[in-house]
Amino acid sequence: MSLVDRAPVALSERSPDFLPARDVSFGGYLVCMGGIVWRESLRFVHQRGRFLSALVRPLVWLFIFAAGFRATLGVSIIPPYETYVLYEVYIAPGLIAMIQLFNGLQSSLSMVYDREVGAMRILLVSPYPRWFLLVSKLVAGVAVSLLQAYAFLAVAYFWDVQPDSLWGYLTVLPALILSGLMLGAMGLAMSSIFKQLENFASVMNFVIFPMFFASSALYPLWRIQQANVLLWHICSYNPFTHAVELIRFALYGQVEWTSLAVVSGFGAACLLAAIYAYDPSAGLTGRRGGPDAAK
Amino acid sequence: MSEIAAETRAPALRVSGVTHAFGAKKALDDVSLTAPSGAFTALLGLNGAGKTTLFSLITRLYENRSGAIAVLGHDVRQQPSRALSRLGVVFQSRTLDLELSVLQNLLYHAALHGIGRSEARRRSLAVLERVGLAARAKEKVRALSGGQMRRVEIARALLHGPGLLLLDEPTVGLDIGSRRAILDEVRRLIDDDGIGVLWATHLVDEIEAADRVVVLHKGRVLLEGRIDDLRARGGSEDVGTAFMAAVAETERPNTAAERKTDTAA
Repeated sequence: MSLVDRAPVALSERSPDFLPARDVSFGGYLVCMGGIVWRESLRFVHQRGRFLSALVRPLVWLFIFAAGFRATLGVSIIPPYETYVLYEVYIAPGLIAMIQLFNGLQSSLSMVYDREVGAMRILLVSPYPRWFLLVSKLVAGVAVSLLQAYAFLAVAYFWDVQPDSLWGYLTVLPALILSGLMLGAMGLAMSSIFKQLENFASVMNFVIFPMFFASSALYPLWRIQQANVLLWHICSYNPFTHAVELIRFALYGQVEWTSLAVVSGFGAACLLAAIYAYDPSAGLTGRRGGPDAAK
Repeated sequence: MSEIAAETRAPALRVSGVTHAFGAKKALDDVSLTAPSGAFTALLGLNGAGKTTLFSLITRLYENRSGAIAVLGHDVRQQPSRALSRLGVVFQSRTLDLELSVLQNLLYHAALHGIGRSEARRRSLAVLERVGLAARAKEKVRALSGGQMRRVEIARALLHGPGLLLLDEPTVGLDIGSRRAILDEVRRLIDDDGIGVLWATHLVDEIEAADRVVVLHKGRVLLEGRIDDLRARGGSEDVGTAFMAAVAETERPNTAAERKTDTAA
């Protein structure tokens, strides 16, 4: 219906669908999820600063950091690479995962922020099941992170950071979806546990930096093994390492099965934790603190 | 349809025997109250009386562990999605997306209730028309005044045709003109549509003679009745004085209310 031919509908002459308690239908589920994704994308588009910084951050690493370390850090031939690759090429998958890490945590922060300003309350009074609302929120976050990741890949392409074949851009998609889901679910779980994240700096210090640096994003694991065995163990258990490797192999049309298992498993665990924490009967919201904590 | 008949018979909201504690602190203690359809029920209480906790339970942010809460006869624990689909809420804190337009905010809310796009647009414009803001549909929420934002929130709460409208101190921070306008708007809704309204407030001058009043104090219901009952209870013609007297009464030992706690404990 267009804006023009609207008839002023008085709620007093309610259309029949106003009165009975409508059961939630399958079509309604789609409408609901669509609406959540739509809003998240709108917010993203409106926050140009967020998009820009999401893009500039990895590009700074790519253009400056990688260029500076190109000479220092030689990467020998390790799978999936079949030739020597430039350091820029090596760290590109790690930077994509970093984009998703930031995005996942930022949307988790927006959950916390939403909870404060009350938009979260609006989401939670929807008649759809709580788990479905959280999954929709997650899907919305992944959609936004895909936009960011491909924008980065496009710029990187012109910087000669490309996979072997253009097919890589397609084969990386499922990996990006999975890693986005994992990092988004991690953010969701965190948002339910932390009542208040004072600022993004503490998240950077306690989550992003440790996860990012103790991973294979910037250096291959065998190099870390040479330097420090304990650190190597930490890195190889870090789920972020597996997100990076999953993306790295997928860009070359290959599947790293261990990483696939770790990313799926850890993502599912985080999602279950978040669903549990937000569940009205089992959840933490009702037990911890008063209404102020959950406002 | 018997479904509709059942809904019409049930009160818009019935809360019975609800107790809720955060740790050792009881926020609500055996609270029972009714908000009938087609009536304005004022939930009167000072800050910390338990109004927000009660709203959190009704909106199912978390579940009541004792007692029962039913919206138009639908228990919020047994039939959460039915109960929530019959419920419209205006929260105390602002819950609009400032970056988005008025219409976008409404469309998002409609989607959360599973209302498809064209129907959502029709309903959005209809409810905006009602609160006199149809002309501002395309504007960003940021451009609106506090009173206008509240009216958009009321419009949003009506979007899915609820039978019960909850408002948690909706006039806090608004000037006297906007307060008046919002009260009038909500009272018109009751007259026109016959929905039930539960209006939490600590401002006694928002209550009219015909309204129902529920006084909540420290998690307990002190009184449920008409404003005259409150006057009688507090022993004063001035509602504010009567309210404060009724509240102060519970602080003295050996009053009826106090004896009740003793037996409960």
